[in-house]
Amino acid sequence: MSELVWILIETLIKAVFILTMIMLAAATLVYFERRISALIQNRYGPNRVGPFGLLQPFADVFKLFLKEDLVPKAANKRFHRIAPIISLGVTIAVFSVIPLANYFTIGTGDTARKIYFGIAPNVNIGFLFILAMTSVGVYGITLAGWSSNNKYSLLGGLRSSAQMISYELSMGLSVIGVLLVSNYFTTSQNDSWTNALSLNTIVLNQSGWKWNIIFQPLGFLIFLVSAFAETNRAPFDLPEAEPELVGGFNTEYSGMKFGMFFLAEYGNMATSAALITLLFLGGWQLPFPAGWLGLTEGSIWLALAQFSSFLLKIILIAIFFIWVRWTVPRFRYDQLMNLGWKVMLPLALLNIVITGIVLMIIS
Amino acid sequence: MNITKNTEAERMNFWERMYIPEIARGLGLTLNQVFKPKFTRQYPEEVWEPEGSYRGRPVLVKDETGERCVACGLCSRVCPALAIEVHASETEKDKERYPVKFEINMLRCIFCGFCEEVCPEEAIVMSKDYHLVFQSQEEAILGKDKLEVPIAKLQDRLEFLRQYR
Repeated sequence: MSELVWILIETLIKAVFILTMIMLAAATLVYFERRISALIQNRYGPNRVGPFGLLQPFADVFKLFLKEDLVPKAANKRFHRIAPIISLGVTIAVFSVIPLANYFTIGTGDTARKIYFGIAPNVNIGFLFILAMTSVGVYGITLAGWSSNNKYSLLGGLRSSAQMISYELSMGLSVIGVLLVSNYFTTSQNDSWTNALSLNTIVLNQSGWKWNIIFQPLGFLIFLVSAFAETNRAPFDLPEAEPELVGGFNTEYSGMKFGMFFLAEYGNMATSAALITLLFLGGWQLPFPAGWLGLTEGSIWLALAQFSSFLLKIILIAIFFIWVRWTVPRFRYDQLMNLGWKVMLPLALLNIVITGIVLMIIS
Repeated sequence: MNITKNTEAERMNFWERMYIPEIARGLGLTLNQVFKPKFTRQYPEEVWEPEGSYRGRPVLVKDETGERCVACGLCSRVCPALAIEVHASETEKDKERYPVKFEINMLRCIFCGFCEEVCPEEAIVMSKDYHLVFQSQEEAILGKDKLEVPIAKLQDRLEFLRQYR
């Protein structure tokens, strides 16, 4: 009984921590996006609110809170209300299986507790859960487009669903290569197959510079491009192509409902960056042996060091996302579909075949 | 028949069709832009100082003998926006006439500078002042107290007028 209470309290604290972290991450990314786009265009960007304009995203969200929440008369009220909740909820749910750092222990002897950084980093369906959740994320955008009863919203929603389904295939297939390599490097033989999909296992198997980007460069490229498409960001931002579709699927949204889509978009970016880091860039692994810091496995300081290493990698990937957005022009719709089905999918399949053959020859 | 084919495959070579090297080049270009100087003026801290030719808020010149205006009413007459109102009166001084009331409605003023052009005494000129903020319509009607500016502050404009008119 008391064990259950402990687990509940622990999970609650972790959930609050992760929720706060996602919201802060979204705010920071909005700030980064505006500053970096400004720098690329020879401007300064927001630099008035707070030091260096750091409080600008909070001012924006506060403004959105105060705005009137308009619902079109012809809209389907129920789905119109649910859509942003699905979008944001899915973004947050994905973070529950992401390991933010290795475990640390509290207490000594019999009362010692292993506490993992992350709500359920060891769950053995880890990556399947993420694929499932991103698929549900399509519903948020498609429902938003459909329920608004507006032609531009509908087009945006339809584009988004077609695009996300097309790229989810190559995304899922590119991960199979990672799983094969990860299983080859697995350290604990007894649970190699049952835990292969757990994200913490994938990270653990990348220890000591065995980062998957080295063994899976093609898989990394495919996953990166698919992540751009999955997050609806440029050059694949067709669902919200302003010149063609007014505002895309969120045309008819205002106030905090729009704010939720906004947060979900940037939260998605953080999630994708986290996934790329986990699968290809060694996750929370430090780029040097932990012994250099004079810390042993299980200490809370090592966990914090790993957490900051993870955060740094996420931020760098997110900056790369933003950088690409302000460099590459938007794809045409047929180019998008050609790339997805005629290039990405065969490449992903080829990647699996090559990885499989190479692994068979070595082992 | 002199039709040349111009397909995407012919226009681009292999590496260009691969996207990736070209995207990398584009990323390099945008990265270069980040370190280039910015041209934005940080307004409240960095205020722009106009040249003498700038037509800002019209003001009345006040030299060492006092106001120059003799209340002839030409500026009021020429003003296309009917922004100026002058009421004249007599004094014992050399010039004998002076304006009792001189009002410019800044909500009407269009900064055309006709008043300045028509003034025989060089008494009304356009200043460099462009910080015009009013919180009510009454506040926007400037009386003599706000219009009169010492001549020392208007040297640039007066020099410009002498040189080009």
